[in-house]
Amino acid sequence: MNRLIGKSVPRLEDPALLVGKGRYVDDIHLSDMLHCTFVRSTMAHAAITGFDAEFARSMPGVHAVLTASDLAPMLMSKRMPLSAAPSKEENSSTPFVLQDREVSYVGEPVALVIADSRAEAEDAASAVQVEYEPLPVVVDARKAYEPGAEVVRSELKSNLLNKLHVGYGEVDEAFAAAAHVFADDIWQHRGCGHSIETRGVVVESRFGGSELCIWSSTQMPHDLFYMLVAMLDMDENRLRVITPDVGGGFGPKYCIYPEEIAIPAAARLLNRNLKWIEDRREYFMAAVQERDQYWTLEIAVDADARILGLRGRLVHDQGAYAPKAVNLPYNSATAMTGPYIVPAYGMDVLIVHTNKVPVSSVRGAGYPQAAFAMERMMDLIAVRMDLDRAEVRRRNLIPPEKMPYVKQLKARSGVAMIYDSGDYIASQAETLAAAGWEDFPARQKAALAEGRYIGIGLANAVKGTGRGPFESGTVRVSQNGKISVFTGATAMGQGLATALAQICAEELSVTPEDVTVIAGDTAVTPLGLGGFASRQLVTAGSSVHLAAKSVAAKAIKAASRLMEVDEDALKLEEGRVWIRDGNRSLGLGELAQVLRGAPGFAFPADLEPGLSTSIQWKTDALTYANACHIAEVEVDIDLGEVTVARYVAFHDSGRLINPMIVEGQVVGGIAHGIGNALFEFMGYDETAQPVTTTFQEYLLVTATELPNFETIYRETPSGLNPIGAKGIGEAGTIPAAAAVVSAVENALSPFRIRISQTPILPERLFNLIQAARATT
Amino acid sequence: MRTHLIEMKVNGKACSGEAVARTTLADFLRHTLHLTGTHVGCEHGVCGACTVLVDGVSTRGCLMLAVQANGARVETVEGLASAEGVLHPLQQAFRDQHGLQCGFCTPGMLITLKELLAENPDPTEDEVRDAISGNICRCTGYQSIVAAALQAAKELRRSGSAP
Amino acid sequence: MKPPPFEYFCPTGLNEAVELLAAHENSKVLAGGQSLMAMLNLRYLFPDVLVDINRIDELAGIAVASGAARIGAMTRQRVIETNGEIARVAPIFREALKLVGHRQTRNRGTIGGSLCHLDPAAELATLALLHDAVVEIAGRDGGRRRLGIHDFIAGFMMPNIEMHEIVVAIEVPLWSAGHGYAFHEFARRHGDFAIASAACLLEKDGGGAISRISIALGGVGSVPQRLSAAEEFLLGKRGEPGNLASALEFCAGLELIGDFHGSAEYRLSVVRSMLRKSLELALARAGRRDT
Repeated sequence: MNRLIGKSVPRLEDPALLVGKGRYVDDIHLSDMLHCTFVRSTMAHAAITGFDAEFARSMPGVHAVLTASDLAPMLMSKRMPLSAAPSKEENSSTPFVLQDREVSYVGEPVALVIADSRAEAEDAASAVQVEYEPLPVVVDARKAYEPGAEVVRSELKSNLLNKLHVGYGEVDEAFAAAAHVFADDIWQHRGCGHSIETRGVVVESRFGGSELCIWSSTQMPHDLFYMLVAMLDMDENRLRVITPDVGGGFGPKYCIYPEEIAIPAAARLLNRNLKWIEDRREYFMAAVQERDQYWTLEIAVDADARILGLRGRLVHDQGAYAPKAVNLPYNSATAMTGPYIVPAYGMDVLIVHTNKVPVSSVRGAGYPQAAFAMERMMDLIAVRMDLDRAEVRRRNLIPPEKMPYVKQLKARSGVAMIYDSGDYIASQAETLAAAGWEDFPARQKAALAEGRYIGIGLANAVKGTGRGPFESGTVRVSQNGKISVFTGATAMGQGLATALAQICAEELSVTPEDVTVIAGDTAVTPLGLGGFASRQLVTAGSSVHLAAKSVAAKAIKAASRLMEVDEDALKLEEGRVWIRDGNRSLGLGELAQVLRGAPGFAFPADLEPGLSTSIQWKTDALTYANACHIAEVEVDIDLGEVTVARYVAFHDSGRLINPMIVEGQVVGGIAHGIGNALFEFMGYDETAQPVTTTFQEYLLVTATELPNFETIYRETPSGLNPIGAKGIGEAGTIPAAAAVVSAVENALSPFRIRISQTPILPERLFNLIQAARATT
Repeated sequence: MRTHLIEMKVNGKACSGEAVARTTLADFLRHTLHLTGTHVGCEHGVCGACTVLVDGVSTRGCLMLAVQANGARVETVEGLASAEGVLHPLQQAFRDQHGLQCGFCTPGMLITLKELLAENPDPTEDEVRDAISGNICRCTGYQSIVAAALQAAKELRRSGSAP
Repeated sequence: MKPPPFEYFCPTGLNEAVELLAAHENSKVLAGGQSLMAMLNLRYLFPDVLVDINRIDELAGIAVASGAARIGAMTRQRVIETNGEIARVAPIFREALKLVGHRQTRNRGTIGGSLCHLDPAAELATLALLHDAVVEIAGRDGGRRRLGIHDFIAGFMMPNIEMHEIVVAIEVPLWSAGHGYAFHEFARRHGDFAIASAACLLEKDGGGAISRISIALGGVGSVPQRLSAAEEFLLGKRGEPGNLASALEFCAGLELIGDFHGSAEYRLSVVRSMLRKSLELALARAGRRDT
């Protein structure tokens, strides 16, 4: 049928957002609401030796200055649990709700100030006297994991949070048999999420603090709900977490933060409605970042440039705490081989604490680093063996006949990693053709004759999407015919509501406008996982698809009983069940009215009450999307300035539900990746003081720095879910930095420069060019 | 602290409220007048989410005190659509071209582009990019916003109406 | 973050404003506010009193007379950028102003505010230096003083102005019709403070030789700087490639500062590149003039 699937249906979210009627967390105004701010550590590592808030408490408008001990009676633990499923296990890696003894990064929350206005709260916060006794600071992860190194927190014996080995095959043999071995050290830095809306929490306290309603700008309302149940020891029926409109997530809102526990705890303690809206400087110092990974790599190839083995070491800067089970370096290490056949692989992963802001996901979550490292090695092979970079990749790409391709690695859930579908060779070929890869050398030569340095680069990527274990989807028809979809998936601006409404409306033969999607409200959706890992369309979409199908079947069945005709003689059209050869019909609303039952009236035999179905579609497997990006750049060698002149992106994310939304995800993701390659850098000085804490210092890419992106789509349906979809939220970002840097290196090929880092900021590039000029 | 009585015409309507001097125009609109369509993204004048028109020219709402706008004519995103709820051509174009995702930067983008189209009814793509270079969007990669601006410009030229 | 508390005054007369500043020890002038407000929001500054000079009408306006343009201190950057008279007599202003921040900040930001903030990369301060502008300053009891821009620029972000004084206007001496001009800068993104900028004005004689030249460079040191040695060197020359290359060498004598956004060596390379572009463009734009 496909009236709606595959159509660029205008978004249901837009009308409200366009006229200023969105409802973001800071738009929520409660009566008698007080405003919060945090006193945060100004030192990267120090013992707290004194705390004096007496004067601050006396300041105008101030209601309270709360410390860890003030909140302790409200909390089951002073420390955040490792996951929302609390365990009795001691952990020494998660943050504290408030820190009262030893701070270990600049920005760590030490006290909570509550006042009539945010401004007054800030006045008081700056008047709180905290005495710090400096302790040794750990800045560089590479120097921090060795025994004897100073520790990030005194409670640690070592900064090495974890050490893993990821690999398979006979690695040493592969290297021994190799025609060539190429090695490189790669450093990469990803920066921060920087949704334009920061984080924020509003808490309504009812009945003396015995009931709380919490609005949080989070990707994980259910996680927060479970965490609050555990931390505040509250009955589930006394607690509700709602995500209002969210002004972007990009990963950092995946964590549950100390602030999201401290504000509700304080609301209970004071029995007051509270609001905390993070400011941008706080975001720089308290929202998780993805930061540095240092890779030491060797790749073994045969005489035809076919990969025999890949090995190395990955040092991952984890920052001061691990707010969640650490997944990024594991993602990086397991994603490293990407779309290529790597017969033997071994990676030692060291996860190391430093006195910097804690690290967790930013769009791509370890995959961009893996793609960057792998694609840099592919270019290295090509340059050293004097082969075309695309040809080296082609020889090593997993061919379509090997699909499904079982990687000899396991996902974090323990299941095997299986690339389910996709034609990587055709994908690359199509991208090369679109980008004019073959003709480029001639254009490059002509430009060089004019003194212009232009270059082209490519990168492939594979992304495991649709992470389970499940996502909830309930479809319910009310007696007035209105259809509601409830899901634990969380809308952060992607257009989730529109896509789910399309899927639902397709099955119920209504328009998307007939469907209301309620995402991320724990009071109406008992189960939910949330927004992360390019998962929501795959998981929630599948649940909603199945639930809507079931509701359609229920409607047909009920109509069959009520109209006394065979089910086969009925069809669902325009929200009504019709007799095929007649003009009698029953509306979905009428059927819902019957199925809701009425006291004293018989219920139709063999029908289930309620015109609604809840499905928790489960999956262990990831479905793998693939991408190929080609960037064209020009480099000004006097400035080290890179201009992205053209960009072609190929994506296969399975069946596209709403191509317009997919396009938005892809091009927005590329912009983020270009930012990672050329602009974004979160700097710390040698005392681990952050030095980029405003948007004037930390540069987000703007409209004048980007070209128009050209996109190509191929739809290889996923066989792993009922809608054939694969995720798209992160796929645009993953290969982008690798493609851009490949192009920059290509532009500078006259200087024979090797670029082993991202971001490649102008001055760094300038220095590389200068060094090369000095030796040539 | 002394409060100031602040009166301004917002989207054609006389509004007033009391605020201490340090209240920014953006906060006054949002929290005193409860016009929450104008957003605050950085409070240091870079992101552009708080852009409003003050006496006809685009202004960072976080870099102006509310008291400075006393007596001024202020236009915000809430004033763009018609009283009957018909979307402004810019708003319609943003919807058609998928010029917004999370919607947080959108009010500032719309207001900035309204000013551009008022003085340059037929901008080039580069002129649109230049105009919105002070507005950061983390979602769209800007290209759909540029497309929306060009569509709206065309529509406004066709209909002959003022932006 | 929200600004710290302060008292706010909004005088309509210049004398009243000066008296308010004089009467309050920890007071600050609020001009366009495009730097000051951000610094207040970030709580980098804690003034007790703000004196808003936006409603002092006499401070805004542009008057072009023969030989000089007088630009009121509170003239918005956008107004200067779009002013037809300025575009005619000093077209470099429009070229440079397009690079100052963004439309929204230029709508409120003022020339006087920019000069008093005195960021080393500020385009308007660099232009003032390029033109040997004169700054007119109001003091107590109706007092006025005029200060050459070289004296006005006292040091890093430090104008030579008393706490109670207010800049009234900037007088920009004009160059002859048909003079060559160019302003180039390199910023990480459009509208950012420049890593380095180079501004150039020049006039040619009937034979095509450079008869008058001014070069000012921004962003490289603690303050905008004139490259007088290069100016002297280029006088009488025609801008031959070899001479231009030699002129760039004088950049080595600049005061250079390195910071997070660029080391001294890097800024030097950038400023040379900008200067080369500006010299070439200014030479190409300059009409010959019979003397």
